[in-house]
Amino acid sequence: MTILYFAWLRTKLGMSTEDLPCSDEVFDTDSLVAWMKTRGPAFAEVFSDLEVVRIAVNQEYITSNTPLKDGDEVAFFPPVTGG
Amino acid sequence: MIRVQREVFETGVEIETMTSGRTDIGAVVSFTGLVRDFNEGTTVSKLTLEHYPGMTEKQLEKIEREANERWDLQGSMIIHRYGVMELGEPIVLVITASAHRQDAFEAASFLMDWLKTKAPFWKQEEDAHGQSGWVSERREDIDALDRWEKK
Repeated sequence: MTILYFAWLRTKLGMSTEDLPCSDEVFDTDSLVAWMKTRGPAFAEVFSDLEVVRIAVNQEYITSNTPLKDGDEVAFFPPVTGG
Repeated sequence: MIRVQREVFETGVEIETMTSGRTDIGAVVSFTGLVRDFNEGTTVSKLTLEHYPGMTEKQLEKIEREANERWDLQGSMIIHRYGVMELGEPIVLVITASAHRQDAFEAASFLMDWLKTKAPFWKQEEDAHGQSGWVSERREDIDALDRWEKK
């Protein structure tokens, strides 16, 4: 999977993209978020309040747990502020 | 039609392009968003817009399609910029054209309300001291969507 981070998630984590394999531990968006929280203080902080984190899978917003497979594009970003 | 670009656009030129040679259009509405020098009580000297290439275009196309389904439009266009912008520069342009004014007015308003809460753009403001910060979501923008809920 390709993981993308935007805006303050990107600056707090110090990266904009990374590749992660699906596994027994990470197989849907809920398990991905749970795993993210275990990756250290910066990740724990960024994923501590999911009210301010939006998730898109393959460039579509998701609002409930979504299965993931290798090749998927998962993006994490704050509420949008364009216009 | 949608465009996501770094370059400045000219509202007049875009309206002219849409209406040139057309005799079926009776009304054109345009909205242009500009970089202003204040936000939430602080002075702004520069604005940077980050976006999600790919998803941005998809979301704008979806919003435009929805507007064309709900109103009788002869033409529609959304242009949104990204990158670094100076004070006074245009950020976003929405143009709608219809036979009668009500469709163009409502569709333009709808397009702006939707793109504000759905199109993946993020504003970062810089103040006079060079300090930059991410802009927060506004409650008013979320509430603005309520009036377009299908009854």
